[in-house]
Parts: sequence; C-alpha cells; structure tokens
Amino acid sequence: MSGTASAFLDLLEAEGYDFFTGVPCSLFKGVTRLLDGEPRYAYLSAVREDAAVGAASGAWFGGAKPVVFMQNSGLGTSSNALVSLNLIYDIPVLLVVSWRGYQGKDAPEHLIMGDVMEQWFQMIGVPYQILDPERMEEQVREVTATAEATGKPVALLVHKGILQ
Amino acid sequence: MKRYEAVEIISAALAPDHLVIGCNGMISRELFTAGDGPNKFYMIGSMGLASSMGLGLALRQPERTVVVIDGDGNVLMNMGTLANIAAAQARNLYHIVLDNGVHGSTGNQKTISSDVPLEQVAWACGYARASRVDEPHALREALAELFCEPGPAMLLVRVEPGNLESVGRVDIEPPDLARRFRGAATNADPLAG
Repeated sequence: MSGTASAFLDLLEAEGYDFFTGVPCSLFKGVTRLLDGEPRYAYLSAVREDAAVGAASGAWFGGAKPVVFMQNSGLGTSSNALVSLNLIYDIPVLLVVSWRGYQGKDAPEHLIMGDVMEQWFQMIGVPYQILDPERMEEQVREVTATAEATGKPVALLVHKGILQ
Repeated sequence: MKRYEAVEIISAALAPDHLVIGCNGMISRELFTAGDGPNKFYMIGSMGLASSMGLGLALRQPERTVVVIDGDGNVLMNMGTLANIAAAQARNLYHIVLDNGVHGSTGNQKTISSDVPLEQVAWACGYARASRVDEPHALREALAELFCEPGPAMLLVRVEPGNLESVGRVDIEPPDLARRFRGAATNADPLAG
C-alpha cells in the first residue's frame, strides 16, 4: 500500500535520512517506486547489496545519513561489507530489509535465510526491529538513536504487505 | 615500474583537499607509507568496495575531488560498480587502478586482468575517460591532466607484481580513521586543517 510506503519515507526524511540506495524487493516495491520516481531522493539503484552498503558508507563520510534497502537474500552478499567495513570502522547505516521466507511460506530460495535472518543479525551484532505499521515512527527514532549512539549499522525488518 | 614507485608518483600528485580512498591490501599500506593525511582513508577489509565508497562520497560531495586508488583484484571483484559509477556520471570521481595482474596481498596468485583490460571495461560502461599507462613518465603526464577534466575517469597503471618490503601497517584504529576522514570530507574549508 503506497500510503504506508510514502509515510515510511516521510518518517525517514523527518529523522534526517538523506541518501537512499539499495536493490529492490517486491515486498517494498511501493517504496522503490517512490524513490525512483521522485528526483529529490536521488535514489542510487545499486548493482548489488554490498555495493549499496559501500556507497551508503561513502556517502556517510560525506556527511549523509544513509539508508540501504534490500531483500534479505542480500544479507548474504553484504555480510563481508557489514563485518569488515561498517562494524569495524563504526560507519552507521540504516538497513531496511524485507523478510522473504517468513515462517517457511515462500519460494524455496528464500526459506533458509527467512528462517535464520534474526539469528544472523544477532550473530554479527546488528541491532534490529521488526517494522510494525502502528509503531513506525517510534521504531525509526529508536533504531536511529541506537545507530547514533553506537556508530554501528541498524536494521528494520519488513514483513510482506507493509510497504508494498 | 614497481607499484610503490607508482604509489609515490600518485601521492605526490594528490592535493590536500582531494578525498582519497585506498582499497584493501598492500595498496593502502603502500599509500599510507608514501604519505599520510586526514584526507586519506585506508580500507582493511571489504575487498572490492573502495569504488562503491568513492561513488557514494562523490555523489554526496559533488564539489570535492574524490580519488579511489584501487587494484585489479578489487575492480574485478566489484566490476558492477563500474557500471554504477558510469550511470551516475559522477563527474568528480577519479578511479586510479594499480594493475599488477596478481593478488599481491595473498601471494601473487594471478588475476584475469591480463586478459580483460579493465580500462576498456570502464570505457564501455560509460566512464568519461579511460586510459592506461605503464611507465613513470607517462604516469606523471597522465596525472598532470587527470584532475583538469570532469570524470568519471579511470587511469589504469600497469605495474610489476611485488610489494614494498618495508611497507608499514596503517597504525590508526579503524574508528579513528573513519572519524578523521569524515571530518576532512565534511570540512567546508579543507585547507584550514
């Protein structure tokens, strides 16, 4: 529902996020449509999720507050970027990650990551919240405060149906 | 030409207000050894991503000159970002690739850059300029002109395999290095120190 997608982007902007990159997922296609369609977002459509994390990190050096959108399959591709760049240099980025494979109900390629995604974040030490449409504003504020206090990346996990 | 000779020539051509990102491995260690400064960031991990970081920084700071000092192994690992850089037409991004044809930091195992000319890949992607040099005089000449015209530009420097024997390790803690570089990149008057 693009109303929520638009409200979510407004919340990110209100929290100061001003650099948007990522790789699309059907679970947040409403967001990507808005990012792609509106020049002021200057959305960088990245070739891979780790490249998006790298570009977001470079933008952070330039003073930006970056967001990276990705499907959870992209966590595999961006693991090394997160553990050997962001988590050791203290480069905060907000990751908005779709939850494909939730509770085993999805195409086969999503099932394993869907099953282990929370453990994966816990294992590498990236704090996360599961996005709740009723509490989005509070959640964006909380993960942003965590990122600012720690200098580490943080994540919002997005279920099907919320940002479509 | 040995790579460290090229690194020294490149270091001498960089200005204090250039924002310089060195890729991981021996290249950053040699860059650090040739001359440190707050305008330099050295990667120690996340192989391949120096170019992506340079792109994000160049887009965010369009008035600043951003220089990525990359290696052939790094470029090959993240070749898709050449397309991202070209598509974004990052005019302030200069991509210098030290191409020795091997993974020099892990024991000189061959890369495939001898079969795939990376400056031609960059050109085909849509870099504004892309060229190759392989000796010191040509490198100095190319550097004298490199920053005078808009990018994105790739200057590929073909060098011999081999690392500087007495190369130092970057002795700045990663978070300190990141803060220092962010300070240099966001300082409105970079020459004020």
